[in-house]
Amino acid sequence: MIGSRFLIIITLLVALILEMLPLPEQIDTYRPDWLLLVLFYWTIALPNRCGIVTAWLCGFLLDILLGSTLGINALVYSMIAFIALANYLKIRNLSLWQQAFIVALVSAFYHLTDYWVQHFLTTAYFIPQELWSILINLLMWPVIFVVLRKYRRGLRIR
Amino acid sequence: MTPLFANGPALQTRALFAVLLAFVVMFLDHRVEGFDRVRPYLNSVVSPIIYAANFPQKFFNWSSESLSSRSDLLAENQRLRESYLVLNERIQRMEFIQRENDRLRALLDSPLRQDFRKMVTEVMAVENNPTSHQLVLNRGIADGVFEGQPVLDENGIVGQITEVSRTTSRVLLITDHTHAIPVRIERNQVRSIAVGSGSLSRLELAYVPHSTDIREGDILLSSGLGQRYPEGYPVAQVTSVISNEGQRFARIIARPFAQLDRVRYLLLLWPPQKRPTDKHQTPMASGVK
Repeated sequence: MIGSRFLIIITLLVALILEMLPLPEQIDTYRPDWLLLVLFYWTIALPNRCGIVTAWLCGFLLDILLGSTLGINALVYSMIAFIALANYLKIRNLSLWQQAFIVALVSAFYHLTDYWVQHFLTTAYFIPQELWSILINLLMWPVIFVVLRKYRRGLRIR
Repeated sequence: MTPLFANGPALQTRALFAVLLAFVVMFLDHRVEGFDRVRPYLNSVVSPIIYAANFPQKFFNWSSESLSSRSDLLAENQRLRESYLVLNERIQRMEFIQRENDRLRALLDSPLRQDFRKMVTEVMAVENNPTSHQLVLNRGIADGVFEGQPVLDENGIVGQITEVSRTTSRVLLITDHTHAIPVRIERNQVRSIAVGSGSLSRLELAYVPHSTDIREGDILLSSGLGQRYPEGYPVAQVTSVISNEGQRFARIIARPFAQLDRVRYLLLLWPPQKRPTDKHQTPMASGVK
């Protein structure tokens, strides 16, 4: 029996690789935030396994990978993990589409805070196309949710 | 085994601690550069992820190359042969001029210009921070790459290395809004600073008085004053000069020679005083000398 921790880390690593994977330029603005979705799922499904520390570390890794100032994504991811942890019982009881709207709100928070911190540090410009990924995250959430639930139940990750 | 009562500090405490830690890390990294020594190790740790993300692109390139038709290959070969011939002829002339220049410099007792060591590197196809202009290269400390190293393509200066790991490195492009490069104008040696604008096809010259003699079409070369970039490499061409007397300085916009949106192979330069370690004398790309 492989440890649940290990199985969760594998999905997070896959999400990180997907996050780094280049897409063709036409659809590059419509990329979902894989890591955010996967982290959000695990935080809601298994709050005892995946919490603020995991989110912080994932955000930190993403900062190193993307070459941004260290700590930006760690900050926003741990805040999102806090939101998810504080409300996971409520979010679990919502229907899939209601959850998707919560995810959209969360990703809007992610992109705006990310931009705000970067602007504060380096006068970055706002890229309105980034906001497309809010809609894409909303549409991707049911897919991610169903796939990861199958994975979780199939391998009895608890 | 879900514990009925969670142990450890309360949720709010943990969240507060995480946020504070993130702020401390940001401050250390951004303001006091406290992570400069650790960054190579951190980058080395995550470079397998970069290689994994680069793999699909590499595979597609490889398959498209190995599946391309014979006639295409022959045509490409022909084209390369022709350009090789033309370039070789130029090199012959260049060598003659170089010798002459060396002789004249010796007569004037000026120091001779040394040749740079160069290495070809490939751009890895991975995502970057969308708000800044960066590229990841497939060479690192193991090949002698160092921070601040100039990077060129076949047309001009591309940028400088900002982060290194063992097997990868990161280039900050000259068009990034945090980057500036000292330049001079080829026609009249006027010096200036070209600041990145955040758009891949635009640089702006900073603090240029209205009376400065800069025209549309002027070519900007690196001036070598910042001690980062070697002197005399093409950087950009002036595309527009807007001299509004109401403003304090003239607004001068230039277009980089390097095609920053479609780079695949780049050239790393080693200025003469910074020799890479001899142990890793990778075969110099022949023909690009």
